[in-house]
Amino acid sequence: MKCLLLTCTTSFLLSGAVHAATIAMEDQSQIKVPAPAEHITYFQPPQQSELPDNAYGKMVMDGYALFVDTKRQAPQFVGNGLNCTNCHLDQGRLANSAPLWGAYPMYPAYRKKNDKVNTFAERLQGCFQFSMNGGTPPAADSREITALSTYAYWLSTKAPTGVELPGRGYPDVPEPKGGYNLISGAALYKDQCAVCHGDNGQGQKVGEDYVMPPLWGKDSYNWGAGMHRINTAASFIKHNMPLGKANSLSDEQAWNVAAYVNTHERPQDPRLVEGSVEKTRLKFHANDGVNVYGQTVNGVLIGQGTE
Amino acid sequence: MIPLKRTLLSSLMLLAVSNTQAQPTPNIYLQGGTQPGATACVACHGADGMGLAPAGFPRLAGLSADYLSKQLHDFQSGKRVSPVMQPLAKALSDSEITSVTAAIAAMPAPAVPAINRSRMPDGPGEKLALRGAWDRQIPECVSCHGPGGVGVGSAFPPLANQPAMYLAAQLNAWRDGTRHNDPNDLMGHIAKAMTEDEIKAVADYFSTVGHKEVKP
Repeated sequence: MKCLLLTCTTSFLLSGAVHAATIAMEDQSQIKVPAPAEHITYFQPPQQSELPDNAYGKMVMDGYALFVDTKRQAPQFVGNGLNCTNCHLDQGRLANSAPLWGAYPMYPAYRKKNDKVNTFAERLQGCFQFSMNGGTPPAADSREITALSTYAYWLSTKAPTGVELPGRGYPDVPEPKGGYNLISGAALYKDQCAVCHGDNGQGQKVGEDYVMPPLWGKDSYNWGAGMHRINTAASFIKHNMPLGKANSLSDEQAWNVAAYVNTHERPQDPRLVEGSVEKTRLKFHANDGVNVYGQTVNGVLIGQGTE
Repeated sequence: MIPLKRTLLSSLMLLAVSNTQAQPTPNIYLQGGTQPGATACVACHGADGMGLAPAGFPRLAGLSADYLSKQLHDFQSGKRVSPVMQPLAKALSDSEITSVTAAIAAMPAPAVPAINRSRMPDGPGEKLALRGAWDRQIPECVSCHGPGGVGVGSAFPPLANQPAMYLAAQLNAWRDGTRHNDPNDLMGHIAKAMTEDEIKAVADYFSTVGHKEVKP
Protein backbone atom coordinates (compact mmCIF):
# COMPACT_ATOMS: atom_id res chain seq x y z
CA MET A 1 0.00 0.00 0.00
CA LYS A 2 2.69 2.40 1.11
CA CYS A 3 4.73 1.41 -1.90
CA LEU A 4 1.74 2.03 -4.17
CA LEU A 5 1.12 5.42 -2.62
CA LEU A 6 4.76 6.33 -3.04
CA THR A 7 4.65 5.23 -6.66
CA CYS A 8 1.54 7.29 -7.20
CA THR A 9 3.06 10.33 -5.58
CA THR A 10 6.26 9.95 -7.51
CA SER A 11 4.53 9.49 -10.81
CA PHE A 12 2.26 12.41 -9.95
CA LEU A 13 5.25 14.66 -9.36
CA LEU A 14 7.12 13.35 -12.38
CA SER A 15 4.16 13.64 -14.70
CA GLY A 16 3.44 17.10 -13.32
CA ALA A 17 6.93 18.19 -14.22
CA VAL A 18 6.92 16.47 -17.60
CA HIS A 19 3.48 17.79 -18.47
CA ALA A 20 4.34 21.32 -17.39
CA ALA A 21 7.47 21.26 -19.53
CA THR A 22 5.46 20.51 -22.66
CA ILE A 23 3.21 23.53 -22.12
CA ALA A 24 4.76 26.66 -23.49
CA MET A 25 1.81 28.99 -23.06
CA GLU A 26 -0.49 29.93 -20.25
CA ASP A 27 -4.01 28.65 -20.55
CA GLN A 28 -5.74 31.83 -21.63
CA SER A 29 -9.20 30.51 -20.98
CA GLN A 30 -8.56 29.46 -17.38
CA ILE A 31 -6.77 32.54 -16.15
CA LYS A 32 -6.70 32.90 -12.37
CA VAL A 33 -9.60 35.03 -11.24
CA PRO A 34 -8.96 37.06 -8.10
CA ALA A 35 -11.56 37.33 -5.34
CA PRO A 36 -14.13 40.03 -6.14
CA ALA A 37 -13.51 43.45 -4.67
CA GLU A 38 -16.12 45.12 -2.48
CA HIS A 39 -18.73 47.42 -4.04
CA ILE A 40 -17.74 46.53 -7.55
CA THR A 41 -19.99 47.45 -10.46
CA TYR A 42 -20.24 44.61 -12.91
CA PHE A 43 -20.84 44.73 -16.62
CA GLN A 44 -24.57 44.95 -17.36
CA PRO A 45 -25.76 42.78 -20.24
CA PRO A 46 -28.66 44.14 -22.33
CA GLN A 47 -32.31 43.53 -21.52
CA GLN A 48 -34.48 41.23 -23.60
CA SER A 49 -36.88 44.11 -24.24
CA GLU A 50 -34.09 45.77 -26.24
CA LEU A 51 -33.90 42.88 -28.72
CA PRO A 52 -34.84 43.74 -32.28
CA ASP A 53 -37.76 41.86 -33.82
CA ASN A 54 -35.81 40.31 -36.67
CA ALA A 55 -33.82 37.20 -37.55
CA TYR A 56 -31.01 38.19 -35.19
CA GLY A 57 -33.41 38.75 -32.27
CA LYS A 58 -35.01 35.38 -32.96
CA MET A 59 -31.63 33.66 -33.03
CA VAL A 60 -30.75 35.25 -29.67
CA MET A 61 -33.96 33.86 -28.22
CA ASP A 62 -33.21 30.43 -29.71
CA GLY A 63 -29.86 30.51 -27.96
CA TYR A 64 -31.50 31.61 -24.76
CA ALA A 65 -33.97 28.70 -24.93
CA LEU A 66 -31.11 26.25 -25.54
CA PHE A 67 -29.19 27.72 -22.64
CA VAL A 68 -31.92 27.37 -20.02
CA ASP A 69 -33.54 24.19 -21.34
CA THR A 70 -30.62 22.38 -22.94
CA LYS A 71 -31.60 18.80 -22.21
CA ARG A 72 -35.00 19.16 -23.85
CA GLN A 73 -33.97 21.52 -26.66
CA ALA A 74 -30.89 19.58 -27.79
CA PRO A 75 -31.44 16.03 -26.52
CA GLN A 76 -29.11 14.47 -29.09
CA PHE A 77 -26.17 16.46 -27.69
CA VAL A 78 -26.90 16.11 -23.96
CA GLY A 79 -26.01 12.76 -22.43
CA ASN A 80 -26.84 13.67 -18.85
CA GLY A 81 -29.51 15.59 -16.94
CA LEU A 82 -27.96 19.05 -17.03
CA ASN A 83 -28.75 22.42 -18.58
CA CYS A 84 -26.21 25.20 -19.27
CA THR A 85 -27.92 27.39 -16.70
CA ASN A 86 -27.20 24.91 -13.88
CA CYS A 87 -23.62 26.21 -13.73
CA HIS A 88 -24.18 29.65 -15.28
CA LEU A 89 -26.93 31.16 -13.13
CA ASP A 90 -29.43 33.76 -14.24
CA GLN A 91 -29.38 32.55 -17.87
CA GLY A 92 -25.64 33.18 -18.16
CA ARG A 93 -25.97 36.77 -16.97
CA LEU A 94 -24.81 36.61 -13.36
CA ALA A 95 -21.39 37.92 -12.33
CA ASN A 96 -19.12 35.35 -10.62
CA SER A 97 -21.22 32.59 -12.15
CA ALA A 98 -19.15 32.29 -15.33
CA PRO A 99 -21.36 34.75 -17.23
CA LEU A 100 -21.33 34.53 -21.02
CA TRP A 101 -20.43 38.22 -21.29
CA GLY A 102 -17.22 37.44 -19.40
CA ALA A 103 -16.30 34.57 -21.72
CA TYR A 104 -17.37 35.53 -25.23
CA PRO A 105 -15.08 38.58 -25.62
CA MET A 106 -12.06 36.47 -24.47
CA TYR A 107 -12.12 34.16 -27.50
CA PRO A 108 -10.32 33.00 -29.57
CA ALA A 109 -7.93 31.89 -26.81
CA TYR A 110 -5.25 29.28 -26.27
CA ARG A 111 -6.46 26.41 -24.08
CA LYS A 112 -4.13 24.02 -22.35
CA LYS A 113 -6.97 21.51 -22.28
CA ASN A 114 -6.59 20.73 -25.97
CA ASP A 115 -3.31 22.56 -26.57
CA LYS A 116 -4.52 24.87 -29.33
CA VAL A 117 -6.17 28.19 -29.98
CA ASN A 118 -9.91 27.68 -29.60
CA THR A 119 -12.71 29.67 -31.13
CA PHE A 120 -15.77 30.36 -29.02
CA ALA A 121 -17.60 27.69 -31.04
CA GLU A 122 -14.94 25.15 -30.05
CA ARG A 123 -15.27 26.24 -26.45
CA LEU A 124 -19.03 25.58 -26.59
CA GLN A 125 -18.35 22.19 -28.17
CA GLY A 126 -16.16 21.44 -25.16
CA CYS A 127 -19.08 22.24 -22.86
CA PHE A 128 -21.27 19.76 -24.74
CA GLN A 129 -18.61 17.05 -24.75
CA PHE A 130 -17.65 17.27 -21.08
CA SER A 131 -20.13 19.20 -18.92
CA MET A 132 -23.12 17.83 -20.82
CA ASN A 133 -21.47 14.42 -21.44
CA GLY A 134 -22.95 14.59 -24.91
CA GLY A 135 -20.64 12.48 -27.06
CA THR A 136 -19.87 14.05 -30.44
CA PRO A 137 -20.74 17.75 -30.03
CA PRO A 138 -22.85 19.78 -32.47
CA ALA A 139 -20.86 21.04 -35.49
CA ALA A 140 -19.42 24.56 -35.37
CA ASP A 141 -21.99 25.73 -37.94
CA SER A 142 -24.91 23.81 -36.39
CA ARG A 143 -28.14 25.43 -35.23
CA GLU A 144 -27.13 24.81 -31.59
CA ILE A 145 -23.68 26.41 -31.73
CA THR A 146 -24.89 29.29 -33.90
CA ALA A 147 -27.79 30.06 -31.56
CA LEU A 148 -25.70 29.79 -28.37
CA SER A 149 -22.90 31.90 -29.88
CA THR A 150 -25.42 34.53 -30.94
CA TYR A 151 -26.90 34.58 -27.44
CA ALA A 152 -23.42 34.97 -25.91
CA TYR A 153 -22.51 37.69 -28.40
CA TRP A 154 -25.72 39.58 -27.59
CA LEU A 155 -25.12 39.34 -23.84
CA SER A 156 -21.67 40.82 -24.50
CA THR A 157 -23.07 43.86 -26.32
CA LYS A 158 -20.77 46.83 -25.60
CA ALA A 159 -18.32 44.69 -23.59
CA PRO A 160 -14.68 45.30 -24.52
CA THR A 161 -12.91 42.55 -26.48
CA GLY A 162 -9.98 40.79 -24.88
CA VAL A 163 -10.44 42.46 -21.50
CA GLU A 164 -10.80 40.38 -18.35
CA LEU A 165 -13.99 41.85 -16.95
CA PRO A 166 -14.64 41.73 -13.21
CA GLY A 167 -17.18 38.96 -12.51
CA ARG A 168 -15.92 36.60 -15.23
CA GLY A 169 -15.54 32.93 -14.37
CA TYR A 170 -15.81 31.77 -10.79
CA PRO A 171 -13.42 33.80 -8.64
CA ASP A 172 -10.76 31.67 -6.94
CA VAL A 173 -11.35 30.53 -3.39
CA PRO A 174 -8.13 29.73 -1.52
CA GLU A 175 -7.66 26.12 -0.46
CA PRO A 176 -7.85 25.64 3.34
CA LYS A 177 -4.39 25.57 4.94
CA GLY A 178 -4.83 22.01 6.20
CA GLY A 179 -6.37 20.85 2.90
CA TYR A 180 -9.98 19.80 2.47
CA ASN A 181 -11.91 17.48 4.76
CA LEU A 182 -14.28 14.92 3.22
CA ILE A 183 -16.05 14.13 6.49
CA SER A 184 -16.91 17.78 7.10
CA GLY A 185 -17.91 18.03 3.44
CA ALA A 186 -20.29 15.09 3.81
CA ALA A 187 -21.87 16.66 6.89
CA LEU A 188 -22.34 20.00 5.17
CA TYR A 189 -23.76 18.29 2.09
CA LYS A 190 -26.37 16.49 4.22
CA ASP A 191 -27.20 19.69 6.06
CA GLN A 192 -27.44 22.19 3.18
CA CYS A 193 -27.31 20.49 -0.22
CA ALA A 194 -29.30 17.27 0.05
CA VAL A 195 -32.63 19.11 0.36
CA CYS A 196 -32.33 19.94 -3.36
CA HIS A 197 -29.71 17.59 -4.81
CA GLY A 198 -30.79 14.45 -2.90
CA ASP A 199 -29.02 12.25 -0.35
CA ASN A 200 -27.04 10.56 -3.11
CA GLY A 201 -26.39 13.54 -5.34
CA GLN A 202 -29.06 12.30 -7.70
CA GLY A 203 -30.91 15.61 -8.11
CA GLN A 204 -34.70 15.80 -8.26
CA LYS A 205 -37.03 15.37 -11.20
CA VAL A 206 -40.56 16.30 -12.17
CA GLY A 207 -41.66 13.67 -14.65
CA GLU A 208 -38.73 12.99 -16.98
CA ASP A 209 -36.98 16.30 -16.46
CA TYR A 210 -34.55 17.30 -13.76
CA VAL A 211 -35.45 20.39 -11.74
CA MET A 212 -32.46 20.19 -9.41
CA PRO A 213 -29.35 18.93 -11.20
CA PRO A 214 -27.61 15.67 -10.29
CA LEU A 215 -24.12 16.33 -8.87
CA TRP A 216 -22.63 12.91 -9.46
CA GLY A 217 -23.59 9.60 -11.03
CA LYS A 218 -24.48 8.82 -14.65
CA ASP A 219 -26.60 11.95 -15.21
CA SER A 220 -24.01 14.48 -14.06
CA TYR A 221 -20.93 16.11 -15.67
CA ASN A 222 -18.20 13.72 -16.71
CA TRP A 223 -14.61 13.39 -15.53
CA GLY A 224 -13.41 15.70 -18.28
CA ALA A 225 -15.57 18.68 -17.26
CA GLY A 226 -13.93 21.67 -15.59
CA MET A 227 -16.34 21.28 -12.69
CA HIS A 228 -14.67 17.97 -11.74
CA ARG A 229 -11.79 20.05 -10.34
CA ILE A 230 -12.31 20.56 -6.63
CA ASN A 231 -10.95 24.11 -6.85
CA THR A 232 -13.39 25.02 -9.64
CA ALA A 233 -16.37 23.46 -7.85
CA ALA A 234 -15.36 25.23 -4.61
CA SER A 235 -15.30 28.55 -6.45
CA PHE A 236 -18.67 27.90 -8.06
CA ILE A 237 -20.23 26.80 -4.76
CA LYS A 238 -18.84 29.67 -2.72
CA HIS A 239 -20.17 32.30 -5.12
CA ASN A 240 -23.44 30.64 -6.14
CA MET A 241 -24.71 28.05 -3.67
CA PRO A 242 -27.07 27.40 -1.98
CA LEU A 243 -29.31 28.94 -4.64
CA GLY A 244 -30.20 32.47 -3.54
CA LYS A 245 -27.65 32.40 -0.69
CA ALA A 246 -24.39 33.14 -2.48
CA ASN A 247 -21.31 33.61 -0.30
CA SER A 248 -23.02 32.19 2.78
CA LEU A 249 -20.48 29.37 3.11
CA SER A 250 -16.93 29.87 4.35
CA ASP A 251 -14.03 29.18 1.97
CA GLU A 252 -13.29 26.03 3.94
CA GLN A 253 -16.90 24.80 3.77
CA ALA A 254 -16.96 25.40 0.01
CA TRP A 255 -13.78 23.35 -0.45
CA ASN A 256 -14.94 20.54 1.83
CA VAL A 257 -18.26 20.11 0.12
CA ALA A 258 -16.73 20.50 -3.36
CA ALA A 259 -14.28 17.72 -2.50
CA TYR A 260 -17.11 15.56 -1.16
CA VAL A 261 -19.08 15.99 -4.40
CA ASN A 262 -16.07 15.46 -6.66
CA THR A 263 -14.83 12.27 -5.01
CA HIS A 264 -17.98 10.53 -6.21
CA GLU A 265 -18.08 8.54 -9.42
CA ARG A 266 -19.39 10.15 -12.61
CA PRO A 267 -19.30 9.37 -16.36
CA GLN A 268 -15.85 8.50 -17.70
CA ASP A 269 -13.60 11.12 -19.26
CA PRO A 270 -14.36 10.79 -22.99
CA ARG A 271 -10.61 11.28 -23.65
CA LEU A 272 -9.88 7.96 -21.87
CA VAL A 273 -6.44 6.86 -23.05
CA GLU A 274 -6.25 3.20 -24.17
CA GLY A 275 -8.91 2.24 -21.62
CA SER A 276 -6.55 3.15 -18.79
CA VAL A 277 -7.53 5.45 -15.93
CA GLU A 278 -3.86 5.80 -14.99
CA LYS A 279 -2.79 6.83 -18.51
CA THR A 280 -5.71 9.26 -18.65
CA ARG A 281 -4.74 10.68 -15.28
CA LEU A 282 -1.18 11.23 -16.40
CA LYS A 283 -2.17 12.85 -19.66
CA PHE A 284 -5.14 14.99 -18.63
CA HIS A 285 -5.55 15.22 -14.87
CA ALA A 286 -2.13 15.28 -13.26
CA ASN A 287 -1.66 18.95 -14.08
CA ASP A 288 -5.26 20.11 -13.94
CA GLY A 289 -5.90 21.96 -10.68
CA VAL A 290 -6.96 19.95 -7.64
CA ASN A 291 -8.77 16.76 -8.58
CA VAL A 292 -8.90 13.11 -7.49
CA TYR A 293 -9.26 11.44 -10.89
CA GLY A 294 -7.15 8.27 -10.94
CA GLN A 295 -6.37 8.54 -7.25
CA THR A 296 -7.33 6.14 -4.49
CA VAL A 297 -9.65 7.63 -1.88
CA ASN A 298 -10.66 5.52 1.14
CA GLY A 299 -9.36 2.45 -0.64
CA VAL A 300 -11.33 3.01 -3.85
CA LEU A 301 -9.88 4.01 -7.23
CA ILE A 302 -11.70 7.14 -8.39
CA GLY A 303 -12.31 7.76 -12.10
CA GLN A 304 -13.67 4.41 -13.16
CA GLY A 305 -16.78 6.06 -14.59
CA THR A 306 -20.42 5.07 -14.29
CA GLU A 307 -22.46 2.29 -15.96
CA MET B 1 -47.23 11.58 -18.55
CA ILE B 2 -47.15 13.03 -15.06
CA PRO B 3 -50.89 13.40 -14.61
CA LEU B 4 -51.45 9.86 -15.82
CA LYS B 5 -48.87 8.44 -13.43
CA ARG B 6 -50.27 10.58 -10.69
CA THR B 7 -53.81 9.57 -11.40
CA LEU B 8 -52.86 5.92 -11.41
CA LEU B 9 -50.92 6.31 -8.21
CA SER B 10 -53.72 8.32 -6.66
CA SER B 11 -56.30 5.71 -7.58
CA LEU B 12 -54.12 2.97 -6.17
CA MET B 13 -53.58 4.88 -2.98
CA LEU B 14 -57.26 5.75 -2.70
CA LEU B 15 -57.98 2.05 -3.05
CA ALA B 16 -55.50 1.36 -0.31
CA VAL B 17 -57.02 4.06 1.82
CA SER B 18 -60.57 2.90 1.24
CA ASN B 19 -59.45 -0.63 2.06
CA THR B 20 -58.09 0.52 5.38
CA GLN B 21 -61.33 2.39 5.90
CA ALA B 22 -63.04 -0.94 6.08
CA GLN B 23 -60.99 -1.39 9.26
CA PRO B 24 -61.82 0.80 12.26
CA THR B 25 -59.51 3.64 10.97
CA PRO B 26 -61.79 6.68 10.53
CA ASN B 27 -61.54 9.02 7.56
CA ILE B 28 -60.00 12.00 9.30
CA TYR B 29 -60.22 14.27 6.29
CA LEU B 30 -64.00 13.93 6.14
CA GLN B 31 -64.83 13.20 9.78
CA GLY B 32 -62.05 14.69 11.89
CA GLY B 33 -59.83 13.02 14.49
CA THR B 34 -60.80 11.19 17.65
CA GLN B 35 -60.29 14.23 19.87
CA PRO B 36 -63.04 16.86 19.67
CA GLY B 37 -60.61 19.65 18.66
CA ALA B 38 -59.56 17.79 15.52
CA THR B 39 -62.16 19.21 13.16
CA ALA B 40 -62.62 17.60 9.75
CA CYS B 41 -60.29 19.08 7.12
CA VAL B 42 -63.07 19.09 4.54
CA ALA B 43 -64.81 21.98 6.27
CA CYS B 44 -62.20 24.50 5.13
CA HIS B 45 -60.14 22.70 2.50
CA GLY B 46 -63.10 21.42 0.47
CA ALA B 47 -64.31 18.01 -0.65
CA ASP B 48 -61.77 18.04 -3.50
CA GLY B 49 -58.98 19.36 -1.25
CA MET B 50 -58.62 22.46 -3.43
CA GLY B 51 -59.09 24.89 -0.56
CA LEU B 52 -61.34 27.92 -0.49
CA ALA B 53 -59.84 30.74 -2.51
CA PRO B 54 -61.96 33.68 -1.25
CA ALA B 55 -61.00 32.82 2.35
CA GLY B 56 -57.36 32.07 1.52
CA PHE B 57 -57.62 28.46 2.70
CA PRO B 58 -54.93 26.52 0.83
CA ARG B 59 -55.16 23.65 -1.58
CA LEU B 60 -53.99 20.40 0.03
CA ALA B 61 -54.85 17.83 -2.66
CA GLY B 62 -51.79 16.06 -3.98
CA LEU B 63 -49.28 17.73 -1.65
CA SER B 64 -46.44 15.50 -0.45
CA ALA B 65 -47.35 13.57 2.71
CA ASP B 66 -43.94 14.36 4.20
CA TYR B 67 -44.43 18.06 3.59
CA LEU B 68 -47.93 18.00 5.12
CA SER B 69 -46.74 15.98 8.09
CA LYS B 70 -43.92 18.44 8.73
CA GLN B 71 -46.39 21.35 8.64
CA LEU B 72 -48.77 19.66 11.07
CA HIS B 73 -45.92 18.86 13.47
CA ASP B 74 -44.67 22.43 13.13
CA PHE B 75 -48.17 23.71 13.97
CA GLN B 76 -48.11 21.44 17.02
CA SER B 77 -44.77 22.74 18.25
CA GLY B 78 -45.46 26.35 17.35
CA LYS B 79 -42.67 26.43 14.75
CA ARG B 80 -45.37 27.45 12.29
CA VAL B 81 -48.00 29.88 13.55
CA SER B 82 -51.70 29.81 12.67
CA PRO B 83 -54.50 30.53 15.14
CA VAL B 84 -56.73 28.10 13.23
CA MET B 85 -54.33 25.26 12.49
CA GLN B 86 -52.33 25.14 15.73
CA PRO B 87 -55.11 23.93 18.08
CA LEU B 88 -56.33 21.63 15.35
CA ALA B 89 -52.93 20.03 14.80
CA LYS B 90 -52.42 19.64 18.54
CA ALA B 91 -55.59 17.57 18.68
CA LEU B 92 -54.18 15.06 16.17
CA SER B 93 -52.10 12.05 17.24
CA ASP B 94 -48.97 11.05 15.31
CA SER B 95 -50.74 8.10 13.76
CA GLU B 96 -53.67 10.31 12.76
CA ILE B 97 -51.21 12.69 11.07
CA THR B 98 -49.64 9.79 9.18
CA SER B 99 -53.03 8.57 8.07
CA VAL B 100 -54.54 11.91 7.05
CA THR B 101 -51.44 13.15 5.21
CA ALA B 102 -51.25 9.93 3.18
CA ALA B 103 -54.92 10.32 2.27
CA ILE B 104 -54.47 13.96 1.24
CA ALA B 105 -51.36 13.22 -0.80
CA ALA B 106 -53.39 10.65 -2.70
CA MET B 107 -56.18 13.10 -3.59
CA PRO B 108 -56.00 13.94 -7.30
CA ALA B 109 -53.84 16.99 -7.96
CA PRO B 110 -54.91 19.43 -10.68
CA ALA B 111 -52.96 19.18 -13.94
CA VAL B 112 -50.25 21.83 -14.17
CA PRO B 113 -48.90 22.91 -17.55
CA ALA B 114 -45.14 22.26 -17.76
CA ILE B 115 -44.27 25.92 -18.29
CA ASN B 116 -40.55 25.78 -18.79
CA ARG B 117 -37.89 28.42 -18.35
CA SER B 118 -37.46 28.73 -22.12
CA ARG B 119 -40.90 30.36 -22.37
CA MET B 120 -41.08 34.11 -22.89
CA PRO B 121 -42.58 35.55 -19.69
CA ASP B 122 -45.82 37.49 -19.97
CA GLY B 123 -46.12 40.01 -17.15
CA PRO B 124 -44.17 40.66 -13.94
CA GLY B 125 -45.45 37.59 -12.04
CA GLU B 126 -44.38 35.17 -14.75
CA LYS B 127 -41.11 37.04 -15.18
CA LEU B 128 -40.22 36.48 -11.53
CA ALA B 129 -41.38 32.86 -11.77
CA LEU B 130 -39.26 32.07 -14.85
CA ARG B 131 -36.36 34.51 -14.56
CA GLY B 132 -36.04 35.48 -10.91
CA ALA B 133 -34.47 38.79 -9.92
CA TRP B 134 -30.83 37.90 -9.55
CA ASP B 135 -29.70 41.44 -8.83
CA ARG B 136 -31.25 40.67 -5.43
CA GLN B 137 -30.34 36.94 -5.36
CA ILE B 138 -33.94 35.94 -6.06
CA PRO B 139 -33.88 32.68 -8.03
CA GLU B 140 -36.57 31.68 -10.53
CA CYS B 141 -39.49 30.25 -8.51
CA VAL B 142 -39.61 27.28 -10.90
CA SER B 143 -35.96 26.40 -10.24
CA CYS B 144 -37.11 24.92 -6.90
CA HIS B 145 -40.89 24.54 -7.19
CA GLY B 146 -40.70 22.96 -10.65
CA PRO B 147 -42.20 23.80 -14.06
CA GLY B 148 -45.45 25.71 -13.61
CA GLY B 149 -44.92 25.58 -9.84
CA VAL B 150 -46.00 21.94 -9.78
CA GLY B 151 -43.99 21.19 -6.62
CA VAL B 152 -40.80 19.12 -6.18
CA GLY B 153 -40.25 16.38 -3.61
CA SER B 154 -41.13 16.85 0.04
CA ALA B 155 -39.46 20.22 0.63
CA PHE B 156 -40.80 22.35 -2.25
CA PRO B 157 -44.62 22.41 -2.24
CA PRO B 158 -46.77 23.14 -5.27
CA LEU B 159 -47.55 26.80 -5.89
CA ALA B 160 -49.83 26.11 -8.84
CA ASN B 161 -53.51 26.46 -8.08
CA GLN B 162 -52.97 27.74 -4.58
CA PRO B 163 -55.27 30.67 -3.78
CA ALA B 164 -53.50 33.99 -4.45
CA MET B 165 -54.54 35.16 -0.99
CA TYR B 166 -52.80 32.17 0.62
CA LEU B 167 -49.60 32.55 -1.44
CA ALA B 168 -49.39 36.29 -0.70
CA ALA B 169 -50.07 35.72 3.01
CA GLN B 170 -47.31 33.10 3.19
CA LEU B 171 -44.80 35.23 1.27
CA ASN B 172 -45.56 38.14 3.58
CA ALA B 173 -45.15 35.86 6.59
CA TRP B 174 -41.79 34.63 5.25
CA ARG B 175 -40.83 38.22 4.64
CA ASP B 176 -41.69 39.58 8.09
CA GLY B 177 -40.29 36.46 9.77
CA THR B 178 -43.56 35.19 11.26
CA ARG B 179 -43.14 32.07 9.13
CA HIS B 180 -39.71 30.49 9.43
CA ASN B 181 -40.09 26.69 9.26
CA ASP B 182 -38.25 26.25 5.94
CA PRO B 183 -35.03 24.28 5.47
CA ASN B 184 -32.01 26.57 5.99
CA ASP B 185 -34.03 29.79 5.61
CA LEU B 186 -34.16 29.16 1.85
CA MET B 187 -37.61 30.72 1.38
CA GLY B 188 -37.36 33.31 4.14
CA HIS B 189 -34.15 34.62 2.66
CA ILE B 190 -35.77 35.03 -0.76
CA ALA B 191 -39.05 36.53 0.49
CA LYS B 192 -37.14 39.17 2.43
CA ALA B 193 -35.67 40.40 -0.86
CA MET B 194 -39.09 40.63 -2.57
CA THR B 195 -41.18 43.78 -2.92
CA GLU B 196 -44.90 43.99 -2.12
CA ASP B 197 -45.70 44.33 -5.83
CA GLU B 198 -43.65 41.25 -6.67
CA ILE B 199 -45.42 39.24 -3.98
CA LYS B 200 -48.81 40.23 -5.35
CA ALA B 201 -47.82 39.57 -8.97
CA VAL B 202 -46.27 36.18 -8.37
CA ALA B 203 -49.14 35.08 -6.10
CA ASP B 204 -51.64 36.02 -8.81
CA TYR B 205 -49.55 34.23 -11.42
CA PHE B 206 -49.35 30.89 -9.66
CA SER B 207 -52.98 30.97 -8.50
CA THR B 208 -54.10 30.96 -12.13
CA VAL B 209 -51.16 29.28 -13.84
CA GLY B 210 -53.18 26.17 -14.64
CA HIS B 211 -56.15 28.13 -15.92
CA LYS B 212 -54.51 30.46 -18.44
CA GLU B 213 -53.22 27.64 -20.57
CA VAL B 214 -56.60 26.05 -21.22
CA LYS B 215 -57.82 29.22 -22.93
CA PRO B 216 -57.95 28.71 -26.71
